[in-house]
Amino acid sequence: MNREYRDIPGTYVMDGQHCRKGYHLNMFCMSLNKAENRDEFRKDEAAYLEKFKLTDEQKKAVLERDWLGMLRLGGNIYYTFKLAIFDGRSMQFVGGAMSDVTEEEFRQMMIAGGRPVEGNRSKKEQEQSNG
Amino acid sequence: MANIVTGIGTSHVPSVGAVIDNNKEQDPYWKPLFDGYQPARDWIQDNMPDVAIVVYNDHASAFGLNLIPTFTLGVAEEFPPADEGYGPRKVPTAVGDPDLAWHLAESLILDEFDMTIANEMSVDHGCTVPLSIMFDKPEQWPCKIIPLCVNVIQYPPPTGKRCFDLGKAIRKAVEAYDKDIKVAIFGTGGMSHQLQGERAGLVNAEFDQSFLDRLTTDPVGLTKIPHVEYMREAGSEGIELVMWLIMRGAMGDEATETYKFYHVPASNTGAGLIVLEDGSQK
Ligand SMILES: [Fe+2]
Repeated sequence: MNREYRDIPGTYVMDGQHCRKGYHLNMFCMSLNKAENRDEFRKDEAAYLEKFKLTDEQKKAVLERDWLGMLRLGGNIYYTFKLAIFDGRSMQFVGGAMSDVTEEEFRQMMIAGGRPVEGNRSKKEQEQSNG
Repeated sequence: MANIVTGIGTSHVPSVGAVIDNNKEQDPYWKPLFDGYQPARDWIQDNMPDVAIVVYNDHASAFGLNLIPTFTLGVAEEFPPADEGYGPRKVPTAVGDPDLAWHLAESLILDEFDMTIANEMSVDHGCTVPLSIMFDKPEQWPCKIIPLCVNVIQYPPPTGKRCFDLGKAIRKAVEAYDKDIKVAIFGTGGMSHQLQGERAGLVNAEFDQSFLDRLTTDPVGLTKIPHVEYMREAGSEGIELVMWLIMRGAMGDEATETYKFYHVPASNTGAGLIVLEDGSQK
């Protein structure tokens, strides 16, 4: 299987391997679509997480709201964003957290036209230009 | 006979729905976007279809990772807005057209497109935001809705060519339908955006504008864009653009462009809108 997309920097493609790794993490996130589950999670986050087969690392990433960590552990942004919705956070906040800037800095970057594709196409290209 | 007379391509950014729901269209940040939408909104009022087939993707709302159908056709009487974590959007329940939807399902499957059939399905912002973009805030949506949900979250989504061919099969099926109705098809999602990872916030206006142009000048060329190129050039979530190619395939060879608009940013994306008309009718 050609996995050329692995050369795209800062990108966690939801392929089969990623799905297997993050299945339970993502399905926990999706459970927050239901109001009664949101209430239960709000009461005791750690206890609620015990209902899902998350690894200890995944549980820690959820409890610490480690947005990038969740992706690295198999999370998918459409799923992990359910947790951000739960927290009342915006996509700019989460985008900033994953790329190490503040929400406001991220918002300003978007207003200025977004993150440019130049220099962000491939890891190989980035390594070459960093010499 | 029924005809596909209109093709709409549009982003389906959730915050655009929230802006409409909260009457913030005139805020300085959003005004340029809504000014750009207005001509398309005016145009559709004079060219109202009887039914709109809305091609969109679900975002962990009606579908999870437990079952991942590539193409799902909604044949229900109605499709309520989904709770995506904030409570459902306060928009009308979409009224379906089970008669046409079943005709499509049967025709497409016999034409070798193995559709999943949904008798019950809620619809998330992917489907409802395009309706709000085109129809604003009516008590009821002004036409019947047939949702066509495409998996673009789990890799791999269907190829651009497969989407285009499905569109062509939809056109054939609609033209074989015996009622004399006008059908529109919406291709939604995109345009360039990346929500995830250290590369979050990527927008490629050049890619998007070229995509909009090529919908009329070179649609077949667009069907040859491989997934990795969408992800690299238009961001990992920019791959949603394959859904526009279902719309484009359904518009036939002689589609003409009536209106086009592009704006950066809408939240974290490049937002595009295009109106195509069926040139073969003229
Ligand atoms: Fe989407």
